[in-house]
Order: sequence, then structure tokens, then C-alpha cells
Amino acid sequence: MAANPTPRVRVPAKAAKGEMIEVKTLISHEMESGQRKDSAGKTIPRQIINKFTAAFNGKTVFEADWFAAISANPYQAFFFKAQESGEFTFTWKDDNGSEYSAKAKLAVA
Amino acid sequence: MPTLLKQGSRREVLAAGGLAALAALLAPRMAFADEKAVEAELKKLYGDKKFETGRIKLDVPQIAENGLVVPINVEIESPMTADDYVKAVHVFADGNPQPGVVSYRFTPECGKAAAATRMRLAQTQNIVCVAEMSNGKLYSTKSEVKVTIGGCGG
Repeated sequence: MAANPTPRVRVPAKAAKGEMIEVKTLISHEMESGQRKDSAGKTIPRQIINKFTAAFNGKTVFEADWFAAISANPYQAFFFKAQESGEFTFTWKDDNGSEYSAKAKLAVA
Repeated sequence: MPTLLKQGSRREVLAAGGLAALAALLAPRMAFADEKAVEAELKKLYGDKKFETGRIKLDVPQIAENGLVVPINVEIESPMTADDYVKAVHVFADGNPQPGVVSYRFTPECGKAAAATRMRLAQTQNIVCVAEMSNGKLYSTKSEVKVTIGGCGG
């Protein structure tokens, strides 16, 4: 692992009630597939982020299970219907047991 | 930047080439999944249930120049209300070392059953996408992606 995975999320700060918003997330991660070999011909063990979860005000609204086929620096976009103001919590789970998280506020007028 | 590092290390592998690269070339080909592997995965998930066509919009490029980063966008037609929504979507690739790509779980709060990510494809192959509705109905579709440079990174 090169550096600590850094999540980046893009959520509109404000939305009208009932408006559909697109949430875009990105996290820096090698997503080592377990298929590559090092210069000595030894298989490099798999280490990917295997799960992405998005919760709004504590309730899970969207989940993605990622497999080895997901590209490095995984990107995930999804939609959310704004109903009330609150806060998103995004969680990424690494094969090595680590968890990375990010938060974003949404104000609904 | 992990991406740069990764490319760097691949270059190293190539440069250090010689025996190692030769050995890699001579080694038996990597085992790839096939249609059967995808069918087996579907059977694991849904048994012998039948899939209907329609409702899924699977947006993948026809030709991917770089198999390392292939955008995939899925959208499923659904009112996304509390009693009629898309529960899960699974994406498989039948020509990768392992068939799994991504599994999504949606909730009515999403408002729209659509998601986008990027995947690695080792070679030209079919992308299979299945959707499970809250009433248990299943839909499936597939689409071929031609890959110019594989993203297997052996």
C-alpha cells in the first residue's frame, strides 16, 4: 500500500425536498487483484476494498460489494432522493480489516 | 499516486524482465472464468429461477482501449417506492479470472436505481447484469465489451 487511502466525496450542499441528487465518491487504493505477480514471479496477495456503504442519518441507503475486477482508485456513484437535511456517512472496508470513512452534509430546503 | 506507482512497478517488472518475464510467458495461461462460471454464480444466488428481459439499462463501452479502467453504468427502471423497488443488482464478467465485478444493494431512499463505477477487464468478454426486484422478480441482460489492452496485470 502506497499511502493511506484518501476518500473524496462529492455531494451537493443543498437540495430541494424530493430532488434526486447524485453522490460521487472516489478513494485512492491500489485494489491489488491477487492476480499479479512480482518480479520474482510470486503472486502478490489480494488486497482490495471489498465493501462500500453509504448511510444517511445513520440508515444505510446504498451498498456496493466490490470484487477484484474493480479498478484501482475505485469510483462509485449513486443517487439519493433528498427528503430531509442530514449527514451522509460513507464507509469503505479493506480486505486487511481497515475501515476508511468520510462524511458529507446535505441541507434540504 | 498509487496509479503511477503501479505503472512504475510494472515497468520495473518489464525492465527486470529477462528470466522472470520469460518464465511468466512460459507459465501456463491464467485460468479465466467462462459463461459457466457466471451461470454457477447466478445459480448460487437465485437457484433455478427464471430471468426476464428488459428494465435494465447496462451502459458499457463497445470497445475499451484500456482494460484497466472500463466505465460501467447500470440503471434499472423502477418506481423505487417502499413496496416496489430494486433490491439488488449483480454484475459479472465472463472472461475475467473471477466472474464477480460488483453487487449493489439499493433502498427506496435512493429514488433511482442507478450506479456507476469502473472495472478491470482482462480480455474481450460479456458483461452480465442481473437485477432483483423487491417482489422477487428477476431481470437480466448482457453486453459485450471488446478489450484492446487487457487489465489483468499479470
